[in-house]
Amino acid sequence: MLLREVEYARPASVQEALRLLGSHEGARALAGGQTLINVMKARAASPDVLVDLADIGELRGIELASDGTVTIGAMTTYTDIVDSAEARARPILGEVCKQIADVQVRNRGTVGGNVCSNDPTNHLPPLLVAVGATMTILGQGGERSVPAREFFLGVYMTAAGPGELLTKISVPPGKGDGFASVPIGRDGTCIVNVAASLDSGAPTLAIGCVDAVPVVLTPDSAAEETVRVAVRGANLDPPSDVHASADYRRHLAEVLALRAVAQAAGRT
Amino acid sequence: MEAVSSRTITVEVNGVQYEREVEARRLLIHFIRDDLNLTGSHIGCDTGNCGACSVLIDGVLVKSCMMLAVQADGAKIETVEGLASDGELNGLQQAFSDHHALQCGYCTPGMLMSATALLRENASPSEEEIRKGIQGNICRCTGYVNIVEAIKAAAQ
Repeated sequence: MLLREVEYARPASVQEALRLLGSHEGARALAGGQTLINVMKARAASPDVLVDLADIGELRGIELASDGTVTIGAMTTYTDIVDSAEARARPILGEVCKQIADVQVRNRGTVGGNVCSNDPTNHLPPLLVAVGATMTILGQGGERSVPAREFFLGVYMTAAGPGELLTKISVPPGKGDGFASVPIGRDGTCIVNVAASLDSGAPTLAIGCVDAVPVVLTPDSAAEETVRVAVRGANLDPPSDVHASADYRRHLAEVLALRAVAQAAGRT
Repeated sequence: MEAVSSRTITVEVNGVQYEREVEARRLLIHFIRDDLNLTGSHIGCDTGNCGACSVLIDGVLVKSCMMLAVQADGAKIETVEGLASDGELNGLQQAFSDHHALQCGYCTPGMLMSATALLRENASPSEEEIRKGIQGNICRCTGYVNIVEAIKAAAQ
């Protein structure tokens, strides 16, 4: 497919990238391109300028702090996470990244791209919400931190606004996590996914694919009936499509919530 | 640095250096096929699903329909044309031939590149690992069994 004409820059620093993003109204950051290039083919996005972040080394990499916090640069690929010894400090990260699409997409697709595109069927928005991640956003006005729960604002919309960049994601220490999904084909697009974490005591659940942003639930306990009641009480209103009716998605949300919690409980 | 609508890129493809001016909007697969006339890599779906356009960029397996040519500036690219040498199929290609691992053949270039990447990383993959390794490549003839057999044979 021939793309619409577009200008391209590949800055070497975050400051230069911010300047470029700020000086063109139709500028967009290009991370791994595994979503953006395709939506440009479909003309669902038509940026005037692409600011390729590939040369900005400080946006890439995974660090493990002495307190167990895992900090992931926005340009880190899924494959980087799967292969990273540091990321294994929070094992669910690599386990979920391994379920995303296929080898080629995992080699190019980035964590930052996944969350900033905020497709409601993506894996990482619910996961990062459940594990209590913190997103660092840099703009012309400086740096700010946003909890993952407040980062996802709507379909394709996040707290990283025009002219801003998500630079890194910090995941606190923990092991009691679970993730369950029903995808279209193995490792395909999720029909419903649920991430759960029991590390803060009471469970935190984040249900994906059923609303514009992950639906967060904090049942009082990890007991099966309590989790069921919490999911039913959320009055989910998911979309219907060729893959699943709204009713079936509601059913999946409940079943997958139980599976995610059970997996998490087995690890605490 | 300013944004530009075209730029001159240098790439090494199968050991040969190329310098070309390309439009920023040009997909890498079009650059490889139409500018360099290396038509072994195929365009199947053009949506990132089928993997027929798979190539190796600096040793990393990617789908070249989901990358711009300008993003590959400075890279070493390997395509299916680089597998055979002096007209002789390499071991993997010979295994595909021996095991009838192609029907219409359209997916074959991508399958070969995915298998190449897999075998470099894992010299003796299990069947499960082979199937995971070619997960991004769709054979619309559904001839996966023989493809898996061929990769298994090439690994031995």
